[in-house]
Amino acid sequence: MNAWLAQHGQALSWAVRRLGAAPVNTLLSLVAIGIALALPAGGQMLLGNALQLARSAGTDNATPQISLFLTLDADRKAADGIATRLKNLPNAKEVRFVSREEALKRMQAGQGLAEVIAALPKNPFPDAFVVKPRDESPAATESMREEISRWAKVEHVQLDSAWVRRLDAMLRLGRIGVALLTLLLGLGLVAITFTTIRLQILAQRAEIEVSRLLGAAESFIRRPFYYFGALQGLAGGVVAWLIVMGMTALLSGPVADLAQLYNTSVTLSPLANLDALLLLVLAGGLGWLGAALSLGQHTQI
Amino acid sequence: MIRFEHVTRRYPPGIDALADVSFTVASGELVLLGGHSGAGKTTLLKLLAAIERPTSGTVLVNGQNVGALKRAALPYLRRKLGLVFQDQKLLFDRNAFENVMLPLAIAGFPPKDAAKRVRAALDKVGLLAREKALPIALSGGEQQRLAIARAVVSRPGILLADEPTAHLDPETARDVAAIFHDFHQVGVTILIATYDDALFAAGASQRLTLSHGKLSS
Repeated sequence: MNAWLAQHGQALSWAVRRLGAAPVNTLLSLVAIGIALALPAGGQMLLGNALQLARSAGTDNATPQISLFLTLDADRKAADGIATRLKNLPNAKEVRFVSREEALKRMQAGQGLAEVIAALPKNPFPDAFVVKPRDESPAATESMREEISRWAKVEHVQLDSAWVRRLDAMLRLGRIGVALLTLLLGLGLVAITFTTIRLQILAQRAEIEVSRLLGAAESFIRRPFYYFGALQGLAGGVVAWLIVMGMTALLSGPVADLAQLYNTSVTLSPLANLDALLLLVLAGGLGWLGAALSLGQHTQI
Repeated sequence: MIRFEHVTRRYPPGIDALADVSFTVASGELVLLGGHSGAGKTTLLKLLAAIERPTSGTVLVNGQNVGALKRAALPYLRRKLGLVFQDQKLLFDRNAFENVMLPLAIAGFPPKDAAKRVRAALDKVGLLAREKALPIALSGGEQQRLAIARAVVSRPGILLADEPTAHLDPETARDVAAIFHDFHQVGVTILIATYDDALFAAGASQRLTLSHGKLSS
């Protein structure tokens, strides 16, 4: 066990020394890997923020609901009639009545609006219903909306979740984009490692040959290169993480300013810890993979 | 124990470096391997360490058929042998201590014990004071002795040396020969390919002479 640990320690220290032996080359490799990984990592960071925004701004769940507003002259009897008709719709799961008094009370409770509403001569709100459909597909909800909007005393029918769904679709697209970027630039990382390991193997040819003659097993010969690849990938991952952190720091000011202009407070949050960890594990793992491929190609003397 | 049974090693296009060579070396013997340049001495040593494989015939080392060993088994054979190469094959980016440490690191020796052994081996060849020196800073004789220290540091039962005194002045050559005799004294089986029979004659129990790949004595 002791000897086994010592061999791994030696391989690791060799890899660190080799990385330090050509600082300019190492630095350039790390920058290349860092930039390659910063793109998907940055994308993931922006996506995480968009998701946050969607959650805080929109309904807490993305189930669509239909709001219908009655005309102002509709009395309680008409409202009851519409309630019955709504409940009889085969696609209506839940029907909630929001009376104009209730709407007024809610608005008065809202900050800054109380004064405005107090200045109004009479209650400007109509009676309203909120309907949750059984079938949530866009086609079903849309046909429901159309049917209801033809009824008498119905002023306006609105599909509340349309924008949430659009945002959701966009986020899904974004997620696929990030996944594709990760795949492509991950391949790039493997390719970079493949080449640097090839150069290392060529530089260490004498050592590999002598080690074999002195009875070195393949694992002994390959181990330092695995460490080299994984370390280089990991360090590249750290560079990518720093780039994304820097990007976040640079953007957070302008984003906050922009948000203020829209009277909202949005702060750009940095890459989530779990995502950062994933980035580092992925970077190290892909470096290891690049080393493995390169060793398979180049160590048969 | 080493035994060659009708061993032939043929290189394309049909040149026999060794042709039908048979001999036996008992444990603890010191055997000299002579012959002109290109007679097949190096090839014979390479077959013993499975650096090359026989075209036909059997090479046995401690009862093991070396020519039939799987690639994965080669490291364990080589760890039982001490090899001194004609071109020494020292690593020029490592100092004397690190060069001698290499076989022990490969065999997975605990580092503390290994350092003691390395110093003992360097002491044996008179290089203890130069352990921090890079091979480039050593003289030809010192490099040769360093190569010997590396070959014996893991205390192999069999020591194979290819022209260990070539390019050395007579006095240095005598020093190197004395080191081999010392190892012979403690029971190591030694096979030395050399032109300089006289240097090693004392204590040698067999003299194998190769001529164009054939054993002539």
